Amino acid sequence: MKYKYFRKGLALPFALFLILFVIIPILFIIFYAFTDNQGFFSFDAVVSFFTSTTKLNVLLVSILVGLFNTVLCLLIGFPLAYLLANPKFNKNYVLVMLFVMPMWINFVLRTGALRDLLSIVLGWFNTTNGEHPLFCTMVGMVTNYLPFTILPLYSTMLKLDKSQIEAAQDLGCNPFKTFTRNIIPQTLPGLVSASMMVFMPTISSYVISDTLSEGKIMLFGNSIYLSFSNSDWNGGSFMSLIMLIIIFIVMFATKKFQGNGSERRLSAW
Amino acid sequence: MVKKIFAYSYIYIILLILYLPILYLIVFSFTEATTLGSWSGFSLQLYSDLFKNEDVMIALGNTLILACLSALVSTVIGSLGAIGVYYCKRGFRTVIENINQVPVVNAEIVIAMSLTVMFVFMGQNFFGGESIFSFWTLLAGHCVLAIPFVYLNVKPKLLQMDPALYEAAMDLGSSPTKAIHKVIIPQILPGIFSGLLLSFTLSLDDFIVTAFTRGPGLLSGAAQIETLSTLVQSVIKKGAVPPELRALTTIIFLVVLVIVLSYSIYINVKRKRIAKHHRRSLNA
Repeated sequence: MKYKYFRKGLALPFALFLILFVIIPILFIIFYAFTDNQGFFSFDAVVSFFTSTTKLNVLLVSILVGLFNTVLCLLIGFPLAYLLANPKFNKNYVLVMLFVMPMWINFVLRTGALRDLLSIVLGWFNTTNGEHPLFCTMVGMVTNYLPFTILPLYSTMLKLDKSQIEAAQDLGCNPFKTFTRNIIPQTLPGLVSASMMVFMPTISSYVISDTLSEGKIMLFGNSIYLSFSNSDWNGGSFMSLIMLIIIFIVMFATKKFQGNGSERRLSAW
Repeated sequence: MVKKIFAYSYIYIILLILYLPILYLIVFSFTEATTLGSWSGFSLQLYSDLFKNEDVMIALGNTLILACLSALVSTVIGSLGAIGVYYCKRGFRTVIENINQVPVVNAEIVIAMSLTVMFVFMGQNFFGGESIFSFWTLLAGHCVLAIPFVYLNVKPKLLQMDPALYEAAMDLGSSPTKAIHKVIIPQILPGIFSGLLLSFTLSLDDFIVTAFTRGPGLLSGAAQIETLSTLVQSVIKKGAVPPELRALTTIIFLVVLVIVLSYSIYINVKRKRIAKHHRRSLNA
């Protein structure tokens, strides 16, 4: 009997850790979101969020920047993944690894380097980063998140059924129709998981928008960070809660297209 | 032919754009000039400056210690947890797996904020108003990032394993610890290893969770723990990437390049060996 429980007992530290550092902190966020700084129940944080046009504006801008970044990454990444997965053009896995490799170089350092480079390039046109915050932020977002779109798209492209595409062409589809009616549906799971991997981290990103726009573009992540530096735990908690709700709505809506999520963040190993 | 040229130029132009900022730092690490983009002849001065810069060395040390420890702790808890959960009842397993999925899909800044709020509350209410932010809170934060991924890496290996192996080992007289150590762990070792690497890289690259959950400790002594990410972030907020850090980028790039290339070669060799083996067994 003693032996039977031993192996199940191995799950105990893991389960305890998850409860202590995943579940309880989320409960604390909910608690802080609906209390004031004395710890009494209040809707102060809720009211101050929904009556502040700046904060609502930040949310709207974040969603727009997120959508824009997702579209750009997919437009660039989709043909790229197609070419990389096509044996006619590329038989080597090393090339795919090269696209993922920048992810292992410190992310903050990379962002700083990009900002310096952009300031040189913009200097040739007699302008500065601060004058084009949106352009600089978008360049940073796309270069940072492109590898995350390439990986899931590449792995679905490898499974692409070529005979289906040929059949569509034989049955009289023009190239555009073949693309919309056949290639897109076949790669839909990859497209959805690539979009997820770009959209949500973009909304909540801090370093890229802070560094590249020189503080001129506030995303939702920057807003949460600001309340952290001001020790505004209640406001920060409420914004985190909103972020959490957005994430779960999006996850739930796309559930049937998702894998187990293990490919999120870094999946090259 | 035209198609092929077009395809290759597309691939390599995008690749070049992705690498341009890093290449720019690497090229200008071999000169003494401190201003942006100016070249004053070949020199290794920045490399010796780098090793003399105490702040950077402390941050580098902190980063490596933290990454090693958090990878180790995460791998042990995550792998043992995966084994334990694998043998648990289905209902419990579903619950745990759903909780495990939360940090995976969650935004990093929300994870960081939730932990910070909890630590603030604990400090105010259980530790007499003192701050409990220290190396331990930072370690916990990094483990939250890594443990779910260790679990997700080990789980598929357990599913591939023969579930009766553990019983077989016990029937043949081995103790439970020995059965796990000698029978189960070797079977899932590739999963454990990839979990270890993943948690190491997650910790190295992290900025948000570090910035939120750090306190005084490690090599920084009584000051806030600086890791490479937080140090770089605070200096680039004031100005351009400092010249010494160009040298550091070159070193990091070379290390990563060696690891990635050797990993790719290893994968290629393994694939070829499997293909060869497959062909031979088909011929026989």
